[in-house]
Amino acid sequence: MADLTYDRSVAGRSVGNPVMRFFKRYGWGYAFVLPSLITFSIFTLIPVIWAFIISLQNYRLNGDSTWVGFDNYRLAFTTQSGVFKIAIRNTLIYTVFTVVTNLFVGLVLSSLMQPLGKWAQTFFRAAYYLPSVVSAVIIGVIWRWIYNAQWGFLNYIVGLFGIPPQRWIASPDLALQSIVAQRMLTIPATAVVLFSAAMASVPKELYEAAALDGAGAIRQWWSITLPLIKSTSLFLVVLYTIASFEVFDLIQVMVPSGVGNSTQVIVTQIYQTGFQQYRYGVAAAQAFVLFLMIAAAAAVQFRLLRSDVEY
Amino acid sequence: MAITLDRQRTPAAPIQRDSTMQQRLGRVAAWVLLIGAAVVALFPLYWLFLSAVTPTTESIKIPPDFIPIHASIENFQKLFRQAKDYPRWFANSLLITLSITFFHLFVDTLAGYGFAKKEFPGKGILFAVLLSTLMIPPQVTLVPLYIVTRNLNLLNNPLAVILQGSANVLGVFLMRQYIQTLPRELEDAARVDGCSEFGVFWRVILPLSRPAMGALAIFTFVRHWNDYIWPLITLTKSSNYTLPVGVASLQTEFQTDYGIIFAGAALAALPIIVFFLLFQRSFLEGVRMGAVKG
Repeated sequence: MADLTYDRSVAGRSVGNPVMRFFKRYGWGYAFVLPSLITFSIFTLIPVIWAFIISLQNYRLNGDSTWVGFDNYRLAFTTQSGVFKIAIRNTLIYTVFTVVTNLFVGLVLSSLMQPLGKWAQTFFRAAYYLPSVVSAVIIGVIWRWIYNAQWGFLNYIVGLFGIPPQRWIASPDLALQSIVAQRMLTIPATAVVLFSAAMASVPKELYEAAALDGAGAIRQWWSITLPLIKSTSLFLVVLYTIASFEVFDLIQVMVPSGVGNSTQVIVTQIYQTGFQQYRYGVAAAQAFVLFLMIAAAAAVQFRLLRSDVEY
Repeated sequence: MAITLDRQRTPAAPIQRDSTMQQRLGRVAAWVLLIGAAVVALFPLYWLFLSAVTPTTESIKIPPDFIPIHASIENFQKLFRQAKDYPRWFANSLLITLSITFFHLFVDTLAGYGFAKKEFPGKGILFAVLLSTLMIPPQVTLVPLYIVTRNLNLLNNPLAVILQGSANVLGVFLMRQYIQTLPRELEDAARVDGCSEFGVFWRVILPLSRPAMGALAIFTFVRHWNDYIWPLITLTKSSNYTLPVGVASLQTEFQTDYGIIFAGAALAALPIIVFFLLFQRSFLEGVRMGAVKG
């Protein structure tokens, strides 16, 4: 049998029954991917379809669910005097600041690291990457303490500059800014690693040729490095946008009960609607709104950034 | 030509050897920025460990101490005395995360091999369906999965978290990509020697895929060790919490006894930090393979 299958062109030819022949030939292929397909179907594919069905229902756990058409999508935006709209606005603010800063900081740091020796590069990459393996819950605990109105480290620092103590994440006016500031101060580890890898793969001959033509380091960076890492930038923009749209852990831990509506984001809304108020249909609808936003953002970013990939 | 071409040097480096004052200043500025960023990156973690070993009465004074001059294990003693479930959270996290990791190592490698090397009708479509779901935010499946978990009486059961964790298909893509690069001759040689199809996978593909499997294991472990929203929804009894859920709960339980909260958070952060330092290389390899968000 073994010597029949290893030569693909004759595999299974000697078996008569067509069904048997099919299995003899392709059975192993299906067998290898089957476990993955089963778990994928049970835990992703079917739940996604079912989530959409629930979003069209007034879902009740006891079984008397009723069809309500797209009413949940209307309710998603109007329930609790429209806090979901505020959540979307906050999410967009958070995303824009996070993505722009992360990309910028990642680009600057990896460009500065590029000329360094191997040892220094490894050291900086590890230092920047280390905090991102720690769970967002722990990072949230730390920053809640740093932002503490009474004993927080930050109030001590601003005090050195003569600024009176602030309430930071406890203040409705500053809470969102404080959370955004935390993200902006987080070194974008993935961006540093991926930009560094992309820059290292630029052919050295290009730089040598440019140097012979008299181009300085800055000019080389602008005309050679930047255009050649564009696809990495695109990938990172999409990656960070999706991650920012889905932010939850950090905010939930830093401000568990919210500060008015000023720290509500999309996923904290889904969490509250679905798992604190048990309005499953509305929560499912809100999750699909998030899905649509992510799909739309990714499509726009692909179009915008792709169109000028060629330098 | 007065310019020496130095191939050892990497891109943005100024190619001339004789550095002017300006270049030297630029290099100093670069180092200052890079080191400053490292301080910004690591300071919160340093602050966590500092606060964890400092008794609460000392850690809330102003100005704060920047070095652990009052170091003591008081907070940790209090943690284990008052948050009795803490060791269980650790055990729960370990059980759940290891189960998910082993599941993915086996199933994703199998599927990766199937998609990379086997031919069968519908392969392209199946793969495209898998790929397309990567865009769907995991929050979409929260409601239906919660309802099933509830109906199956699996709330507060680690199995609920393990099963949900098995859904991610990212590993299949990574393994497929890697296995595609393995030469086909090795498989055929094994077949000639009488290996069964599964034997080929087990004796040839699996050992050869070790580097990719290392990266897969590491990022799966870290991702699920840090999982928060799903365990938060399904595990509601303190004795069933995972570490992130437990650490977050310390904040509400010990409102003002900051020492206990920091001790709990620091102990939770420590293993993953050690893990990273040990496997740093495979880790960053995983990032490059497009596996980890951060």
